[in-house]
Amino acid sequence: MPEGGILEKPSVTSTSLPKDEGEERQFVRFTRLQRILHICMIVSFLSLATTGLTLKFSYTRWAAIVSHLLGGFESAGNIHRSAAIVMFGVFITHLVDLYKLKRREHSTWRSLVLGPGSMVPNRRDLTELIGTLKWFLGLGERPAYGRWTYWEKFDYFAVFWGIAVIGSTGLTLWFPVLFTRFIPGSFLNVATIVHSDEALLATGFIFTVHFFNTHLRPEKFPMDITVFTGRMPLEELKRDKPREYEALVASGKLEENMGEPYQPIVIRTIRAFAWAALAVGFSTVLWIIYAVLFAYQ
Amino acid sequence: MTEERILRRKWRSGVGVVVVTLLATMLSLRFSARPVRAADQPGAECLACHGDKSTTTTRGGKTVSLFVDPKKFAGSVHASFGCTGCHADLEGKDLPHEKPLPVKCGTCHSTEQDLYTKSLHGKAIARGDPLAPHCVSCHGNHDILPVKDPRSSVTPLKIPFVCGQCHQEGTPVSRNREIAQDNILGNYSESIHGEALMKKGLAVAPTCATCHTAHSILPHTDPASSINRKNIANTCTKCHTQIEAVHRKVIRGELWEKQANVLPACPDCHQPHKIRNVFYELGMANADCMRCHSDEKLRRARDGQSMYVNADEVAHSRHSKIACSQCHSEVNASRVRACETITHKVDCTACHDEIGKQYVTSIHGQQVAKNDPNAPICKDCHGTHGILGKQDPQSSTFAVNVPSLCARCHREGQKAAVRYTGYQHEIITNYTESIHGTLLKNGLTVTATCTSCHTAHHILPRTDPASSVNANNVPNTCGQCHHGIEEQFENSIHSKRVSGYSKPLPVCNDCHTAHSIHRTDENSFRLNVMATCGRCHEDIAKTYFDTYHGKVSKLGYTKAAKCYDCHGSHDVLKVTDPRSHLSRANVAATCGKCHEGANRRFAGYLTHATHHDPKKYPFIFYTFWGMTGLLVGTFVVGGIHTLLWLPRAFQMRRELRADEEKDAHAPETPDSKGGTDA
Repeated sequence: MPEGGILEKPSVTSTSLPKDEGEERQFVRFTRLQRILHICMIVSFLSLATTGLTLKFSYTRWAAIVSHLLGGFESAGNIHRSAAIVMFGVFITHLVDLYKLKRREHSTWRSLVLGPGSMVPNRRDLTELIGTLKWFLGLGERPAYGRWTYWEKFDYFAVFWGIAVIGSTGLTLWFPVLFTRFIPGSFLNVATIVHSDEALLATGFIFTVHFFNTHLRPEKFPMDITVFTGRMPLEELKRDKPREYEALVASGKLEENMGEPYQPIVIRTIRAFAWAALAVGFSTVLWIIYAVLFAYQ
Repeated sequence: MTEERILRRKWRSGVGVVVVTLLATMLSLRFSARPVRAADQPGAECLACHGDKSTTTTRGGKTVSLFVDPKKFAGSVHASFGCTGCHADLEGKDLPHEKPLPVKCGTCHSTEQDLYTKSLHGKAIARGDPLAPHCVSCHGNHDILPVKDPRSSVTPLKIPFVCGQCHQEGTPVSRNREIAQDNILGNYSESIHGEALMKKGLAVAPTCATCHTAHSILPHTDPASSINRKNIANTCTKCHTQIEAVHRKVIRGELWEKQANVLPACPDCHQPHKIRNVFYELGMANADCMRCHSDEKLRRARDGQSMYVNADEVAHSRHSKIACSQCHSEVNASRVRACETITHKVDCTACHDEIGKQYVTSIHGQQVAKNDPNAPICKDCHGTHGILGKQDPQSSTFAVNVPSLCARCHREGQKAAVRYTGYQHEIITNYTESIHGTLLKNGLTVTATCTSCHTAHHILPRTDPASSVNANNVPNTCGQCHHGIEEQFENSIHSKRVSGYSKPLPVCNDCHTAHSIHRTDENSFRLNVMATCGRCHEDIAKTYFDTYHGKVSKLGYTKAAKCYDCHGSHDVLKVTDPRSHLSRANVAATCGKCHEGANRRFAGYLTHATHHDPKKYPFIFYTFWGMTGLLVGTFVVGGIHTLLWLPRAFQMRRELRADEEKDAHAPETPDSKGGTDA
């Protein structure tokens, strides 16, 4: 979502200022729409994952219990399809948002794709990947990451890939009678495997690698909630994204991207939601590990 | 000569022979009659007066006709003896003679006379009983004909009327003499014997004299009487020669004639004069039995068991018309305690012969033969004196009561259940909760109870080939009610006839269970059917769970297609069979039951596809492993990336903490933080 967050206007300026370090103005990284979309996506994705996995691992007792808790298989199916609609909605909204961004700030699509805030991987990402690996191995300093790191870009496009693959096969399975007017019935079997294994990949990846990379890295422990608040302390920006910080300072645009932090009650609510999402995610991971490694059929 | 002339001559000579023969016959008849007429001369002499209708005399102030019909006398069996053959005291008397002495038939008929003299009638005569019959009362006098002559007064067809002259209702004899039976002639005429004789004209049907004899009529209390208890069997068996065979079970054959007194006699069941082709009310012995057994305190000396018989219970029972002694045979009516001669328990098979034969071969009967104390006998299920028909709602064998009846022994923990080693447990509970049990509880008496499947009297373990619940017989047993389904089943692949398999094939109870049968549209059945089919179709059931229908079924979704939704239930056939629900022609319609609008291509969905079989489903196999490769690859790369990151991340955390502590100790300057990080 190239440069989207830059236009976020601080929404808490009028409220009474909290005491202590909360008083400090924070760097606004994500727009309101982006944060809402991420929350919608979390809700949708967790719903899709839990309901879908009951089916995939129907041979485990867990599946039956979860299915029962969700109100039986039929209800679970309805949840799954509703969540899918939400997911499609999130996807389309984002595409529309991208289109608006292009209209607003870029004369051409090329400019959008190749611009400095673009999510599309470029040569520098390759350099940073190599630099990162060197850093991991103690062969160099931590690269000075910009607005989007290469793993964030990977996560971003993984969603595109996932929605394309899981969404298309999902629709096929949702409307089998319609689709078998054009494709052979046995493609439904293939679609089932692709849908469920790709979903397993997505679920597993999000709940382990993405969780670690973005929310649970030891230096950010217990949790990075930037994606929910849209704000990060300036210190963190300097530390994590030095190149972006430099660019903002150089262009003099830093100050217009600063906003008031949220009140503690809002933060607490966000944390509660985030913990709940994490808990569901980790439970799902444990379930997957159990189902794949110990109960596989 | 021509042929015509020869024939004419022959005819003339033939006529001549006939004429001569006729003349000779007529002459010989004329001459042979003459001596008879000559011998009849005295008779002719008597008839000179007595042949005249106006000949009368006065006796006791009454005018009595002395007319003897010459014609009738000439035709009577005694004609040849003339008048003085019988009225011997008038021989040579001058005319007109005095009143003759009574004729003594016994002069010639000495045997009959002797019997008659000893008989009831004879003794009455000796007593001077004015109502007592003489020979002539039955036989007539001057017009006596041979018994075989239909005109005879004692021809069988007339006997009831002859006897009835005195023994019908309203006669002086019936009113003034002590006779145990009443309405004798009326009852007889309606009895099977009377009907045969009087309505159908069967001359060999028994008349009064057949049983009572003609001349030796004696009261039934007389040991010599043909109708004495001791002799009645002999009397009846004169006609009913093979009756022992019919009654073999009622009365042991060898006792029939020798010891008739220890047995019920014919009239105990077939009442005299009222004999019909059915059992009649009786109970002449019951009162004797009840003299003791109506006492509620009556106990058997041996073990103190109550010997009380509730007469009311018996009266309302199925056996209300059966006498005590019919079941409790071996009683001896001549004893004060008639029952002391009883050595055997009641044998119901005496009457219920067919059922008895079945019972003996049943498992219960086999156990009885082994003296198994647990084996149930008739009374354990049917009761004793209060026995009721199975149609009676009060009966223990009424359909609704059958399960609790069998439960007495077969409920878990009871004597039959504890010795049972098979796999059917909680059968009573399971049955009660089953569709059959539920319907029965709701009062549907035609639903299956224990006996509907196991039979009532021919119960055998299912391992017995003759058992109604043997695998080979189960379809037939269930088919008694579920006939249409049995027909379908017999045409399905599960029928040996269709499949030709020698190995055991499933029958009704293999899928529906024996006692826990539930509606097939109930969730429990729908969700278990895969395991049920999977007992035999192990592999194919497994693969079912690899696809959508199976997976959602596993989660308890009942609407997803189960085995029989596609394959059919009782009419399941190979998919290659054109009649199969899954044949090329039918499969789209079968899918269409749930998936409206399903076409042939939709039906190409592989409902049993598995990614474990590269030969059968190569593209599914390779798709699966391709996806798995992608998954594993991504996780390996992501995992390594994360693992490598961890040490650096912890290092950063340590540095961050160190900075924070430093900041906490040193007086804060907002700018100093940024410098540290850089």
